[in-house]
Amino acid sequence: MRDRVRAIVGSMNLVPVPIDGLSDQDNLFDTGMTSFGSVQLMLAIEEEFDIEFPNSLLTRKTFATLGGLIAAVEQLATQKV
Amino acid sequence: MIPNAVKQGVDLSQAASWRDVMQRIASEVASRHAELADRTATFPAQTFEALRRNGMLGLMVPKDLGGQELGLRKIADLCAILAGACGASGMIYAMHQIKLSSLVAHGMDTDYHRALMRDVATKQLLIASSTTEAGIGGDMRVSNCAIEVTGDRVSLTKQASVLSYATEADIIMATARRSPTSAGSDQVLIALRRHDYQLERTAEWNTLGMRGTCSEGFLLTATAGADQIFPKPFHEIAVQSMLATAHVLWASVWFGIASNALSRAHASVRATARRMPPDFAGPLPGAARLAEATAKLQAFKATLVAHIERFETAKRDDDDLNSNNFTVEMNNLKVMASNMAVDVVREALMVTGIAGYRNDGPFSIGRHLRDVLSAPLMVANDRILANTAGLVVASRFDSGLE
Repeated sequence: MRDRVRAIVGSMNLVPVPIDGLSDQDNLFDTGMTSFGSVQLMLAIEEEFDIEFPNSLLTRKTFATLGGLIAAVEQLATQKV
Repeated sequence: MIPNAVKQGVDLSQAASWRDVMQRIASEVASRHAELADRTATFPAQTFEALRRNGMLGLMVPKDLGGQELGLRKIADLCAILAGACGASGMIYAMHQIKLSSLVAHGMDTDYHRALMRDVATKQLLIASSTTEAGIGGDMRVSNCAIEVTGDRVSLTKQASVLSYATEADIIMATARRSPTSAGSDQVLIALRRHDYQLERTAEWNTLGMRGTCSEGFLLTATAGADQIFPKPFHEIAVQSMLATAHVLWASVWFGIASNALSRAHASVRATARRMPPDFAGPLPGAARLAEATAKLQAFKATLVAHIERFETAKRDDDDLNSNNFTVEMNNLKVMASNMAVDVVREALMVTGIAGYRNDGPFSIGRHLRDVLSAPLMVANDRILANTAGLVVASRFDSGLE
């Protein structure tokens, strides 16, 4: 799960630095991800994992760090099963 | 027949489940058969079979008569969900509930109507409404036809120029003058079972939208028991429950159509967003208009919810319920909701562009637009405003916010 999320973020060129150089705690917005970039990331994640983010998780915080995003995806993927 | 949902032990304490049941019917049945009902102007039979099977037709009936005693707001929600999948199904379901609400509000003291409610709940009977009549210019509060009494039996012959889903219904509730010598406005309401009446088709239903409602014209001839007439005069039934319930549930149907159209517009903007490079600096095509349409849908929802609460409050105070002010407010709900619904669907079309204009594809809102265009016409807004104009002079707007 963690690797798949990181791979998506890496493949989308959302930040101008290599994904391998980012920890799960680094703030993606501070690293250069735009607001629109976060929307695209949300759409890509929903598609990849066949999940829908509820409004409660559609916050800046969820998408600010890889760690936050991975936790949200894990939570939603568990609920789906 | 015992409805599945009832068999499964779903009751009022799990009221959210009725919403789940309706969502399932909407997505698994109604949305799949909507196109056929629309294209061929035929009754959405599979959808109503699913509604019956799940016990969805008697939810408003009191518990001691076999129903679930669901309140208006929950029924409104169910109407909106179904209408989002199939506008015609939503409208038929709403019309059924409107008639059922008259039974619940005005039929509790008479044996015939209590038994009828029990049958609606346990046998999942569908109720149609015959108020419109040829030669009265569309005014529901006037009848030409009259009840004729012979002992304890009555008979009725009505030129029902619009009688939605008449051949599919199990019950028709019809208005008529009290007697052949009564004035046109001295009306009663009678509940007729299928074995009480015959229908002879006099007009087809080939319209722009709402095609599955099959609102054809019929010559209705009936003989029935005198006890099938509601004891209350029709004008009281109309003012105290029917008009407000009709306007709330129609508005809910239009809300369902509008919000589904907007969700398609939303999906189309998302599809556009996926195609953009991540460094795209915007503005995203359609997103600003989507935002504007969302604001309109939000205003629509707030208006609808406020008026449902307004009605619930008025039900506890007869003076309020019979006041000009209340009628004005509920008339205004119909006018506002119908205009807002058309507005939102039109905005959704602007967002989706040609993909929405198509009659096929995931972003199609052609049917939504054609269906929702009936909203300002079914009881024409001009007629309602003309009626309101007389009342508004004799009432005062409540400008308090508390």
